[in-house]
Amino acid sequence: MSGRVGIVLVSHSAAVATAVAELARGLSGGGDTAPIVPAGGTPDGGLGTSADLIVRAAEAADGGVGVAVLVDLGSAVLTVKALLAEGDELPEGARLVDAPFVEGAVAALVTATAGGDLDQVVAAASEAYAYRKD
Amino acid sequence: MSEPTYDAAFFRAWLEGAAAAVDREADRLTELDSAIGDADHGANLKRGFAAVTATLEKEPPATPGAVLATAGRQLISTVGGASGPLYGTLLRRTGKALGEAPEVSRTALAEALTTAVAAVSQLGGAQLGDKTMLDALVPAAEALGTSFEAAREAAEAGALATVPLQARKGRASYLGERSIGHQDPGATSSALLIAALAEVAA
Repeated sequence: MSGRVGIVLVSHSAAVATAVAELARGLSGGGDTAPIVPAGGTPDGGLGTSADLIVRAAEAADGGVGVAVLVDLGSAVLTVKALLAEGDELPEGARLVDAPFVEGAVAALVTATAGGDLDQVVAAASEAYAYRKD
Repeated sequence: MSEPTYDAAFFRAWLEGAAAAVDREADRLTELDSAIGDADHGANLKRGFAAVTATLEKEPPATPGAVLATAGRQLISTVGGASGPLYGTLLRRTGKALGEAPEVSRTALAEALTTAVAAVSQLGGAQLGDKTMLDALVPAAEALGTSFEAAREAAEAGALATVPLQARKGRASYLGERSIGHQDPGATSSALLIAALAEVAA
Protein backbone atom coordinates (compact mmCIF):
# COMPACT_ATOMS: atom_id res chain seq x y z
CA MET A 1 0.00 0.00 0.00
CA SER A 2 1.15 3.52 -0.67
CA GLY A 3 -0.76 5.30 2.09
CA ARG A 4 0.77 7.84 4.40
CA VAL A 5 1.55 7.29 8.06
CA GLY A 6 -1.52 8.01 10.20
CA ILE A 7 -1.52 9.93 13.44
CA VAL A 8 -3.79 9.40 16.44
CA LEU A 9 -4.06 11.99 19.20
CA VAL A 10 -5.13 10.56 22.57
CA SER A 11 -6.07 13.15 25.17
CA HIS A 12 -8.17 13.10 28.34
CA SER A 13 -10.26 15.80 26.70
CA ALA A 14 -12.13 15.59 23.40
CA ALA A 15 -11.74 19.36 23.00
CA VAL A 16 -7.96 19.17 23.43
CA ALA A 17 -7.53 16.26 20.99
CA THR A 18 -9.72 17.92 18.36
CA ALA A 19 -8.10 21.33 18.75
CA VAL A 20 -4.56 19.94 18.53
CA ALA A 21 -5.53 18.01 15.38
CA GLU A 22 -6.88 21.27 13.87
CA LEU A 23 -3.77 23.17 14.91
CA ALA A 24 -1.49 20.55 13.35
CA ARG A 25 -3.53 20.54 10.14
CA GLY A 26 -3.42 24.32 9.97
CA LEU A 27 0.33 24.46 10.53
CA SER A 28 0.88 21.73 7.95
CA GLY A 29 -0.69 23.94 5.30
CA GLY A 30 -4.14 22.40 5.61
CA GLY A 31 -5.54 20.75 2.51
CA ASP A 32 -4.45 17.22 1.79
CA THR A 33 -2.55 16.24 4.93
CA ALA A 34 -1.81 12.74 6.20
CA PRO A 35 -4.65 11.36 8.33
CA ILE A 36 -4.76 12.74 11.87
CA VAL A 37 -7.57 11.46 14.07
CA PRO A 38 -8.44 12.70 17.57
CA ALA A 39 -9.42 10.21 20.29
CA GLY A 40 -10.21 12.43 23.25
CA GLY A 41 -12.27 11.92 26.38
CA THR A 42 -14.74 9.16 27.11
CA PRO A 43 -17.53 8.05 24.74
CA ASP A 44 -20.10 9.91 26.87
CA GLY A 45 -18.19 13.17 26.50
CA GLY A 46 -16.45 13.12 29.89
CA LEU A 47 -12.78 13.52 30.76
CA GLY A 48 -10.69 10.36 30.56
CA THR A 49 -9.41 7.91 28.00
CA SER A 50 -11.38 5.32 26.08
CA ALA A 51 -9.79 2.19 24.67
CA ASP A 52 -12.67 1.83 22.22
CA LEU A 53 -12.26 5.37 20.85
CA ILE A 54 -8.50 4.81 20.52
CA VAL A 55 -8.97 1.54 18.62
CA ARG A 56 -11.49 3.18 16.25
CA ALA A 57 -9.28 6.24 15.69
CA ALA A 58 -6.29 4.02 14.90
CA GLU A 59 -8.33 2.05 12.36
CA ALA A 60 -9.48 5.31 10.75
CA ALA A 61 -5.91 6.68 10.61
CA ASP A 62 -4.36 3.47 9.27
CA GLY A 63 -3.24 3.69 5.64
CA GLY A 64 -1.30 0.44 5.88
CA VAL A 65 2.12 1.97 6.54
CA GLY A 66 1.94 2.57 10.28
CA VAL A 67 0.17 4.70 12.85
CA ALA A 68 1.91 7.04 15.28
CA VAL A 69 -0.04 7.39 18.52
CA LEU A 70 0.59 10.54 20.57
CA VAL A 71 -0.79 10.72 24.10
CA ASP A 72 -1.14 13.32 26.83
CA LEU A 73 -0.74 11.82 30.32
CA GLY A 74 -1.53 9.13 32.89
CA SER A 75 -4.20 6.74 31.71
CA ALA A 76 -3.72 7.81 28.07
CA VAL A 77 -0.18 6.41 28.22
CA LEU A 78 -1.23 3.29 30.13
CA THR A 79 -4.24 2.53 27.93
CA VAL A 80 -2.23 2.72 24.69
CA LYS A 81 0.55 0.60 26.22
CA ALA A 82 -1.98 -1.98 27.39
CA LEU A 83 -3.61 -2.09 23.93
CA LEU A 84 -0.22 -2.50 22.23
CA ALA A 85 0.65 -5.31 24.66
CA GLU A 86 -2.52 -7.13 23.62
CA GLY A 87 -1.08 -7.43 20.12
CA ASP A 88 -4.36 -7.62 18.21
CA GLU A 89 -6.13 -4.41 19.27
CA LEU A 90 -4.32 -1.76 17.22
CA PRO A 91 -3.38 -1.93 13.52
CA GLU A 92 -0.09 -3.55 12.61
CA GLY A 93 2.63 -0.93 12.74
CA ALA A 94 0.94 1.17 15.42
CA ARG A 95 3.47 2.77 17.75
CA LEU A 96 3.27 4.83 20.93
CA VAL A 97 5.39 7.94 20.42
CA ASP A 98 7.30 9.47 23.31
CA ALA A 99 6.78 13.13 22.37
CA PRO A 100 5.28 16.37 23.66
CA PHE A 101 1.61 16.35 22.71
CA VAL A 102 1.15 19.63 20.82
CA GLU A 103 4.63 20.08 19.34
CA GLY A 104 4.89 16.37 18.59
CA ALA A 105 1.56 16.36 16.76
CA VAL A 106 2.65 19.22 14.49
CA ALA A 107 6.06 17.66 13.76
CA ALA A 108 4.50 14.24 13.14
CA LEU A 109 1.84 15.56 10.76
CA VAL A 110 4.25 17.70 8.75
CA THR A 111 6.58 14.71 8.37
CA ALA A 112 3.80 12.24 7.54
CA THR A 113 2.24 14.65 5.04
CA ALA A 114 5.60 15.03 3.30
CA GLY A 115 5.65 11.24 2.86
CA GLY A 116 7.96 10.30 5.73
CA ASP A 117 7.86 6.69 6.93
CA LEU A 118 6.91 5.66 10.46
CA ASP A 119 10.49 5.88 11.77
CA GLN A 120 10.84 9.41 10.40
CA VAL A 121 7.48 10.50 11.81
CA VAL A 122 8.35 9.08 15.24
CA ALA A 123 11.80 10.69 15.15
CA ALA A 124 10.39 14.09 14.16
CA ALA A 125 7.79 13.99 16.95
CA SER A 126 10.29 12.86 19.61
CA GLU A 127 12.80 15.54 18.56
CA ALA A 128 10.25 18.15 19.56
CA TYR A 129 11.34 17.45 23.15
CA ALA A 130 14.74 18.94 22.36
CA TYR A 131 13.39 22.37 21.55
CA ARG A 132 13.91 24.45 24.71
CA LYS A 133 11.71 27.43 25.41
CA ASP A 134 13.90 29.27 27.90
CA MET B 1 -3.29 -35.82 48.19
CA SER B 2 -3.77 -33.50 45.25
CA GLU B 3 -4.73 -29.84 45.63
CA PRO B 4 -8.36 -28.79 45.12
CA THR B 5 -9.02 -27.09 41.79
CA TYR B 6 -11.29 -24.25 40.72
CA ASP B 7 -13.35 -24.00 37.53
CA ALA B 8 -14.73 -21.18 35.38
CA ALA B 9 -17.81 -20.83 37.59
CA PHE B 10 -15.56 -20.16 40.60
CA PHE B 11 -13.79 -17.37 38.73
CA ARG B 12 -17.10 -15.86 37.59
CA ALA B 13 -18.26 -15.95 41.21
CA TRP B 14 -15.02 -14.20 42.24
CA LEU B 15 -15.56 -11.37 39.78
CA GLU B 16 -19.22 -11.04 40.71
CA GLY B 17 -18.14 -10.81 44.35
CA ALA B 18 -15.53 -8.22 43.39
CA ALA B 19 -18.18 -6.22 41.49
CA ALA B 20 -20.46 -6.30 44.53
CA ALA B 21 -17.61 -5.18 46.82
CA VAL B 22 -16.63 -2.34 44.48
CA ASP B 23 -20.28 -1.30 44.28
CA ARG B 24 -20.61 -1.34 48.07
CA GLU B 25 -17.33 0.52 48.65
CA ALA B 26 -17.45 2.91 45.67
CA ASP B 27 -18.08 5.95 47.86
CA ARG B 28 -15.18 5.10 50.16
CA LEU B 29 -12.83 4.55 47.19
CA THR B 30 -13.86 7.89 45.71
CA GLU B 31 -13.40 9.57 49.09
CA LEU B 32 -9.85 8.19 49.32
CA ASP B 33 -9.22 9.27 45.74
CA SER B 34 -10.53 12.76 46.37
CA ALA B 35 -7.78 13.22 48.97
CA ILE B 36 -4.86 12.43 46.66
CA GLY B 37 -6.28 11.74 43.19
CA ASP B 38 -9.01 12.99 40.90
CA ALA B 39 -11.97 11.55 42.84
CA ASP B 40 -13.12 9.10 40.19
CA HIS B 41 -11.71 5.76 41.36
CA GLY B 42 -14.94 4.44 42.89
CA ALA B 43 -17.18 5.48 40.02
CA ASN B 44 -14.71 4.25 37.40
CA LEU B 45 -14.27 0.81 38.96
CA LYS B 46 -18.00 0.48 39.56
CA ARG B 47 -18.68 1.10 35.87
CA GLY B 48 -15.89 -1.29 34.84
CA PHE B 49 -16.94 -4.17 37.06
CA ALA B 50 -20.60 -3.73 36.16
CA ALA B 51 -19.56 -4.18 32.51
CA VAL B 52 -17.49 -7.24 33.49
CA THR B 53 -20.46 -8.87 35.24
CA ALA B 54 -22.80 -8.13 32.32
CA THR B 55 -20.36 -9.59 29.78
CA LEU B 56 -19.70 -12.74 31.81
CA GLU B 57 -23.43 -13.33 32.25
CA LYS B 58 -24.18 -12.91 28.56
CA GLU B 59 -21.54 -15.32 27.29
CA PRO B 60 -19.95 -17.25 30.16
CA PRO B 61 -16.43 -18.29 29.07
CA ALA B 62 -15.62 -21.96 29.55
CA THR B 63 -12.24 -21.80 31.31
CA PRO B 64 -10.79 -19.81 34.23
CA GLY B 65 -8.24 -18.27 31.85
CA ALA B 66 -10.96 -17.11 29.45
CA VAL B 67 -13.07 -15.66 32.28
CA LEU B 68 -10.17 -13.51 33.47
CA ALA B 69 -9.03 -12.51 29.97
CA THR B 70 -12.55 -11.42 28.99
CA ALA B 71 -12.96 -9.48 32.23
CA GLY B 72 -9.62 -7.75 31.73
CA ARG B 73 -10.54 -6.61 28.23
CA GLN B 74 -13.79 -5.15 29.57
CA LEU B 75 -11.94 -3.21 32.26
CA ILE B 76 -9.48 -1.76 29.75
CA SER B 77 -12.32 -0.59 27.54
CA THR B 78 -14.79 0.74 30.12
CA VAL B 79 -12.96 2.17 33.14
CA GLY B 80 -11.66 5.38 31.56
CA GLY B 81 -8.97 6.10 34.18
CA ALA B 82 -5.52 4.64 34.79
CA SER B 83 -7.00 1.85 36.90
CA GLY B 84 -8.64 0.42 33.73
CA PRO B 85 -5.50 -0.57 31.84
CA LEU B 86 -3.79 -1.55 35.12
CA TYR B 87 -6.55 -3.86 36.42
CA GLY B 88 -7.29 -4.94 32.85
CA THR B 89 -3.68 -6.00 32.39
CA LEU B 90 -3.70 -7.73 35.79
CA LEU B 91 -6.70 -9.91 34.90
CA ARG B 92 -5.76 -10.50 31.26
CA ARG B 93 -2.23 -11.55 32.09
CA THR B 94 -3.43 -13.82 34.88
CA GLY B 95 -5.90 -15.35 32.42
CA LYS B 96 -3.30 -15.83 29.73
CA ALA B 97 -0.86 -17.40 32.22
CA LEU B 98 -3.55 -19.91 33.27
CA GLY B 99 -3.92 -20.96 29.64
CA GLU B 100 -6.79 -23.22 28.61
CA ALA B 101 -6.94 -25.50 31.65
CA PRO B 102 -10.57 -26.24 32.58
CA GLU B 103 -9.69 -26.14 36.29
CA VAL B 104 -6.74 -24.61 38.10
CA SER B 105 -5.20 -25.02 41.54
CA ARG B 106 -4.52 -22.23 44.02
CA THR B 107 -0.80 -22.74 43.45
CA ALA B 108 -1.24 -22.30 39.70
CA LEU B 109 -3.32 -19.18 40.32
CA ALA B 110 -0.63 -17.79 42.65
CA GLU B 111 2.00 -18.29 39.96
CA ALA B 112 -0.18 -16.72 37.26
CA LEU B 113 -1.01 -13.77 39.50
CA THR B 114 2.67 -13.22 40.25
CA THR B 115 3.41 -13.04 36.51
CA ALA B 116 0.53 -10.61 36.02
CA VAL B 117 1.59 -8.37 38.91
CA ALA B 118 5.04 -8.11 37.29
CA ALA B 119 3.35 -7.04 34.04
CA VAL B 120 1.36 -4.36 35.89
CA SER B 121 4.55 -3.14 37.53
CA GLN B 122 6.20 -2.86 34.12
CA LEU B 123 3.20 -1.14 32.51
CA GLY B 124 2.97 1.54 35.18
CA GLY B 125 6.69 1.70 35.92
CA ALA B 126 5.93 1.35 39.64
CA GLN B 127 7.56 -0.67 42.40
CA LEU B 128 6.59 -1.86 45.85
CA GLY B 129 6.47 1.16 48.17
CA ASP B 130 5.43 3.71 45.52
CA LYS B 131 1.96 3.95 47.14
CA THR B 132 0.06 2.15 44.38
CA MET B 133 -2.06 -0.96 43.92
CA LEU B 134 1.19 -2.95 43.84
CA ASP B 135 1.59 -2.42 47.60
CA ALA B 136 -1.44 -4.71 48.07
CA LEU B 137 -0.96 -6.98 45.04
CA VAL B 138 2.71 -7.94 45.43
CA PRO B 139 2.34 -9.33 49.00
CA ALA B 140 -1.06 -10.85 48.11
CA ALA B 141 0.33 -12.80 45.14
CA GLU B 142 3.14 -14.09 47.31
CA ALA B 143 0.84 -15.07 50.19
CA LEU B 144 -1.58 -16.79 47.83
CA GLY B 145 1.06 -19.52 47.60
CA THR B 146 0.15 -20.29 51.24
CA SER B 147 -3.63 -19.81 51.32
CA PHE B 148 -6.51 -17.63 50.11
CA GLU B 149 -6.91 -16.25 53.63
CA ALA B 150 -3.22 -15.35 53.84
CA ALA B 151 -3.56 -13.48 50.55
CA ARG B 152 -6.51 -11.50 51.89
CA GLU B 153 -4.61 -10.55 55.05
CA ALA B 154 -1.48 -9.62 53.09
CA ALA B 155 -3.47 -7.40 50.69
CA GLU B 156 -5.25 -5.62 53.55
CA ALA B 157 -2.00 -5.10 55.46
CA GLY B 158 -0.38 -3.84 52.24
CA ALA B 159 -3.18 -1.35 51.63
CA LEU B 160 -2.98 -0.04 55.22
CA ALA B 161 0.80 0.25 54.92
CA THR B 162 0.37 2.83 52.11
CA VAL B 163 -0.89 5.45 54.61
CA PRO B 164 2.54 6.79 55.70
CA LEU B 165 4.06 6.50 52.21
CA GLN B 166 4.71 9.36 49.80
CA ALA B 167 3.23 8.71 46.36
CA ARG B 168 5.76 8.34 43.57
CA LYS B 169 3.42 7.40 40.71
CA GLY B 170 0.28 8.75 39.15
CA ARG B 171 -1.55 11.93 39.91
CA ALA B 172 -0.95 11.61 43.66
CA SER B 173 2.80 12.00 43.04
CA TYR B 174 2.23 15.66 42.09
CA LEU B 175 1.20 16.25 45.71
CA GLY B 176 4.61 15.21 47.03
CA GLU B 177 4.66 15.14 50.84
CA ARG B 178 0.97 16.08 50.98
CA SER B 179 0.18 12.54 49.80
CA ILE B 180 1.49 11.21 53.13
CA GLY B 181 -1.20 10.21 55.65
CA HIS B 182 -3.75 9.03 53.10
CA GLN B 183 -4.46 5.40 52.21
CA ASP B 184 -3.92 4.71 48.52
CA PRO B 185 -7.23 4.13 46.69
CA GLY B 186 -5.66 1.67 44.22
CA ALA B 187 -4.17 -0.48 46.98
CA THR B 188 -7.55 -0.33 48.73
CA SER B 189 -9.49 -1.55 45.70
CA SER B 190 -6.86 -4.27 45.14
CA ALA B 191 -7.45 -5.46 48.71
CA LEU B 192 -11.20 -5.60 47.95
CA LEU B 193 -10.49 -7.75 44.89
CA ILE B 194 -8.34 -10.20 46.86
CA ALA B 195 -10.86 -10.27 49.76
CA ALA B 196 -13.59 -11.21 47.25
CA LEU B 197 -11.37 -14.09 46.08
CA ALA B 198 -10.88 -15.32 49.65
CA GLU B 199 -14.63 -15.10 50.22
CA VAL B 200 -15.58 -17.33 47.27
CA ALA B 201 -12.87 -19.78 48.24
CA ALA B 202 -14.03 -20.00 51.88
